[in-house]
Amino acid sequence: MERDTHFILGVYDDEDVLLHAVEKVRGSGVKIHEVYSPYPVHGLEHVLGYKRSKLPIAAFLFGMLGISLALTMQYYMMEFDWPMIIGGKDYGAFPDFVPVSFEMTVLLAAFGMVGVFLITSNLKPWAQPRIFDLRSTDDKHVMAIDLATNSSLDLGKIKEILTESGATEVNNKSFE
Amino acid sequence: MQVTSSVRQPLVTGGKTYHDVTHDVCRQVEGKPSKLWFLAFLTAFGVLAIGSTALLATLWEGIGMWGLNKTVGWAWDITNFVWWVGIGHAGTLISAVLLLFRQKWRTSINRAAEAMTIFAVICAAMFPVIHMGRPWVGAYWALPLPNTYGSLWVNFNSPLLWDVFAISTYFSVSLVFWYIGLIPDFATIRDRATGLRKIIYGALSLGWDGAAKTWMRYESVSLILAGLATPLVLSVHTIVSFDFATSVIPGWHTTIFPPYFVAGAIFSGFAMVLTLMIVTRKVYKLEDYITIGHIELMNIVIIITGSIVGIAYITEFFMAWYSGVEAEQYAFINRATGPYWWAYWSMMTCNVISPQLFWIKKIRTSIVATFALSIVVNIGMWFERFVIIVTSLHRDYLPSSWAMFYPTLVDVGVYLFTFGFFFTAFFLFAKFFPVINMAEVKSVLKSSSEKAHK
Repeated sequence: MERDTHFILGVYDDEDVLLHAVEKVRGSGVKIHEVYSPYPVHGLEHVLGYKRSKLPIAAFLFGMLGISLALTMQYYMMEFDWPMIIGGKDYGAFPDFVPVSFEMTVLLAAFGMVGVFLITSNLKPWAQPRIFDLRSTDDKHVMAIDLATNSSLDLGKIKEILTESGATEVNNKSFE
Repeated sequence: MQVTSSVRQPLVTGGKTYHDVTHDVCRQVEGKPSKLWFLAFLTAFGVLAIGSTALLATLWEGIGMWGLNKTVGWAWDITNFVWWVGIGHAGTLISAVLLLFRQKWRTSINRAAEAMTIFAVICAAMFPVIHMGRPWVGAYWALPLPNTYGSLWVNFNSPLLWDVFAISTYFSVSLVFWYIGLIPDFATIRDRATGLRKIIYGALSLGWDGAAKTWMRYESVSLILAGLATPLVLSVHTIVSFDFATSVIPGWHTTIFPPYFVAGAIFSGFAMVLTLMIVTRKVYKLEDYITIGHIELMNIVIIITGSIVGIAYITEFFMAWYSGVEAEQYAFINRATGPYWWAYWSMMTCNVISPQLFWIKKIRTSIVATFALSIVVNIGMWFERFVIIVTSLHRDYLPSSWAMFYPTLVDVGVYLFTFGFFFTAFFLFAKFFPVINMAEVKSVLKSSSEKAHK
């Protein structure tokens, strides 16, 4: 019976208990698969040891792409392809190109970053997520521990660590 | 770690637990709609149906059906356009600017306010689209697409084109911002549901599982989107004001327009949020989430922006006198004392005097007074745009061309259509979408109320 469960779940009620629990569990050598929460818990990514997200870089690069495209488009159309004198201005009237360049910077930065976010987080309408505990989108924080990556540790020991760390429930969960 | 303040009021009252938050919000989505909802929805849909006849008349016959004449070539349609865009400013302002300022009270109202933004921007965009006469070929006139006129491109020197880019960017970025916020809440509904609802909300939630890593990225995305949306909000109404400010028409040709329009937009946007939220909280029994405290804070924003707008009106008058330009001086004297004096004084009363009543605490914490004044403010803001647009045009440079503008039934009907659309969309949203951002409310629940947990 023991090893056919793939995951052990620690269920926590409180975000502060959870933060300390993550530290304790990791401190006792147990590798945490992931923690599932109904809302963002500040500081959780630090205690789990996650690296900072690189999404700001993606946003910056897409923003740069946006402003380059916008300026190239406007100069090409207004100065090179079909130059016309409008209101006595230069063909390439830079101040007039600022609003559209700004809007396209924002547009591409936002869409590019969100696109990267959806792809890296595997968010898509046909995705079939593994839900460990249905209450993890309601009011419980669920810490999932993969037994395959903790094969050196005793099952009872892991459960004991979880209970000691403040988990209100310790459950087994396996997926086909 | 978290500190409970003894000075600040909790953001959520009634000793709600995390599960209560889920239940109170999901209940509206899961239950059968009430009779009141059906009545409201059908009324809104009826208005939409009646108004659509005017829209069809415009598309079939052309914009000759409108009350415009050769002197007043811009009036009703652009007044409505600017009015709706202004209303569409509150949602993103609440969710983006207040996020950057760490104003946690935004969490209860941002979802509905953003929905309102999106619907208002659709209503606004309808006016420039239909005024093109043949909107189905209008994409070639508005977007830089290769076309059959040689390659005669759109004019990037024109503020009207900047507007096309500003409004479409604002709409799409607001929509994305709103949807990103909705994903975790759709997942909550999915995990409570069975059958068809589970499939639909499962697809809408994009397979969200609430993993800490995803939440970390989500927070990062929200923060950057807020950072991008903040200058975007300010740019949109700035560019709308450029439509006027870059012209040489007396009364429009002023550098004060961008900040003045942005303040006016926030002013009317907050008023519309209040109008809708006061009704929603009552009908959906959300008084513990949208408290008197929230209403009071929004009223304070209304006092500030209303006062900025008031100062702008006075500054315009001062600058007209101080500049020594006679045409400018005439335009302003004519606004206040000319044939449209009643519109001007309606604007002054509704926008400058009425929000000052909110200095009295009894009034700004009264739901009835807030509801009434929020409608007064929006009437005032409609008149503001009407006054600026029509009074500057109806006295042409040639006195022989002086004219008046009167709206036709079709004008009124198209305006009604946008109202019908706005409320139909809002009621559908209120039924099928979580009206309060559950995840964000839960994240401030513990820090803001002592009894978050049993």
